[in-house]
Amino acid sequence: MPRRTMIEAIRDAMDVSMGRDDKVVVFGEDVGFFGGVFRCTQGLQAKYGKSRCFDAPINESGIVGSAIGMAAYGLKPCVEIQFADYMYPAYDQLTQEAARLRYRSNGDFTCPIVVRMPTGGGIFGGQTHSQSPEALFTHVSGLKTVVPSNPHDAKGLLIAAIEDPDPVIFLEPKRLYNGPFDGHHDRPVTPWSKHELGEVADGHYTVPLGKAAIRRTGSAVTVLAYGTMVYVAQAAAEETGIDAEIIDLRTLLPLDLDAIVASVNKTGRCVIVHEATLTSGFGAELSALVQENCFYRLEAPVARVAGWDTPYPHAQEWDYFPGPARVGRALIETLEA
Amino acid sequence: MADDGMLHFHVPEPEVRPGGTPDFSNVTIAAAGSVPRPDIAVDPRTIRDMAFSIIRVLNRDGEAVGPWAGLLSNEELLQGLRHMMTLRTFDARMQMAQRQGKTSFYMQHLGEEAVSCAFRKALQPGDMNFPTYRQAGLLIADDYPMVTMMNQIYSNEADPLKGRQLPIMYSSKEHGFFSISGNLATQYIQAVGWAMASAISNDTKIAAAWIGDGSTAESDFHSALVFASTYKAPVVLNVVNNQWAISTFQGIARGGSGTFAARGLGFGIPSLRVDGNDYLAVHAVAKWAAERARKNLGPTLVEYVTYRAGAHSSSDDPSAYRPKTESDAWPLGDPIVRLKNHLIGLGVWSHERHAQAEAEILDTVIAAQKEAESHGTLHAGGKPSTRDMFEGLYAEMPPHLRRQRQQAGV
Repeated sequence: MPRRTMIEAIRDAMDVSMGRDDKVVVFGEDVGFFGGVFRCTQGLQAKYGKSRCFDAPINESGIVGSAIGMAAYGLKPCVEIQFADYMYPAYDQLTQEAARLRYRSNGDFTCPIVVRMPTGGGIFGGQTHSQSPEALFTHVSGLKTVVPSNPHDAKGLLIAAIEDPDPVIFLEPKRLYNGPFDGHHDRPVTPWSKHELGEVADGHYTVPLGKAAIRRTGSAVTVLAYGTMVYVAQAAAEETGIDAEIIDLRTLLPLDLDAIVASVNKTGRCVIVHEATLTSGFGAELSALVQENCFYRLEAPVARVAGWDTPYPHAQEWDYFPGPARVGRALIETLEA
Repeated sequence: MADDGMLHFHVPEPEVRPGGTPDFSNVTIAAAGSVPRPDIAVDPRTIRDMAFSIIRVLNRDGEAVGPWAGLLSNEELLQGLRHMMTLRTFDARMQMAQRQGKTSFYMQHLGEEAVSCAFRKALQPGDMNFPTYRQAGLLIADDYPMVTMMNQIYSNEADPLKGRQLPIMYSSKEHGFFSISGNLATQYIQAVGWAMASAISNDTKIAAAWIGDGSTAESDFHSALVFASTYKAPVVLNVVNNQWAISTFQGIARGGSGTFAARGLGFGIPSLRVDGNDYLAVHAVAKWAAERARKNLGPTLVEYVTYRAGAHSSSDDPSAYRPKTESDAWPLGDPIVRLKNHLIGLGVWSHERHAQAEAEILDTVIAAQKEAESHGTLHAGGKPSTRDMFEGLYAEMPPHLRRQRQQAGV
């Protein structure tokens, strides 16, 4: 089976979708001729023409707002916000328009759009190229929020998102674009070509939205993670020797609560890891759900490891990033509790 | 401004406040028939002055004059008059129903009926409007059932939107009427996107965007003009300047640009101003703009100069911020009276027939109201179910919503 980077997998998902359905259009800043600053749309304009893949003005509310209009017409726009940090001008269009169009019109108009955006830090991007705003989307009724952690899933989830009849936020952990980064920033990253999840089948396949994956089976503690933190958690488990069960949520909304509850009921302990800031982060929702559903099986408080409640700093990037050492400490403390 | 070495902060003020004498002497109004009608393929740079004039067809004697006249038959004009009268009667009844507690909220069109009623007749089936809350004439003039509008206003058991939306936030794809958000200006760029999609699909349909003078200050207005200009989208960009954004006079949104139409000039978009209380002028300009869009000539910006004679909404009291007699002093008159006088002048209408039509329309509206009320009003009779509240957010209900619906006991 061919191996692809996450960038190539995402590009392949759009390529396959555009090839199968001429209603799929792709646009965003630098997306057309150049193929995107991360090259996710490279070659799509040459292959499908300027009507199907084109450059947009630097205007995120315009990109999302026009995509909503296109979706109301009957197209299936898959747009790129160059960095998740740039999505705020589009937030009004996403939350009050895309998310509610089906509901408020009782299905008269719908909004099948996908909004892709690179998320997370680890590339010395400072406070405006490193954010993880997933909780700002999961809090909104009417959106779906997806965070893939590997090329195989990225392709299958993106095709599923494009085929989904409702608006989907597709957050791409940019530190995973070229390999399964585990937080050890001082070591070279294994390329996806040497990782089994870098195997990406040709052609069409989907990974269903709303289904988690168990990345490591274990019995001592459940780790709930997504995106880059899946590999950080794996490194922490290996380095501490703790028999952790690591669940890659893949989709935050709809959430695979059954998978979470089954695992925590088995292990009796839970550590939640995300790169986004702690307070009111998605970990708070996960923690509440675990408490509500697994309280009588819990043997330790639910722990959260997250980005500190500061803007993402530049020079102190690795002090901010919740790396394997911090996750490892949380695993040990949860087992000792 | 005093040259005293200090900076001075400028806040624009309307000419007159409550207690003062209304004065529109600063509003320059071109004579009817005086503004030329350019070819639709005109170079926008050669018609920049049209953003500062006012296209008018009906003169003070009620005659249709000049190059924008002559597009509509007497039958079509009579039909247009009936649409405007219906909208006004509908508004009066629904405004009263709101006061009677049958719904929570209402917004009327008083004085602005010509804009949406005449515009609708310039479009073709399949075209899509992205309206604000004051374009119900688009539905009335397309023969959308009044009962259905009332069911929505009452949020009753027959409300097509299942009680989820504020009154008057209608939606009808079939009638080319995009779901109203209530969230100002967002629909403007969506209209451009819809038009882009039509062009991408090599379709023949066009879009119409709608916004009020106040909301042109929103960044979505700028987004829409950038995208429409860049991609030459087949869209008519409508700005309804009714002088007042709730209590804020139009100078606060307009700033130093002179007119709202002038906003389009920097984007290279042909930008026209039209007498919004002149049914014939609105229709003629709309037709010109729609034809440009359909011929791949791109967007047109149209500012309809009108006056909001009523309150902003059922929650508003204009006497707190403008003279009570200001609407009487408005120099462009009343759209219904003007078209009525024009038709009388043509010999196809009379005061008697007008009074008779008013009575007939009132009967029709009351009959529709009775039927709607048989399905319930906001606080009485049939209403959408609690279950409806949970339905229809996603194509397929996700597990967490299903759990919440169970918790709610439905």
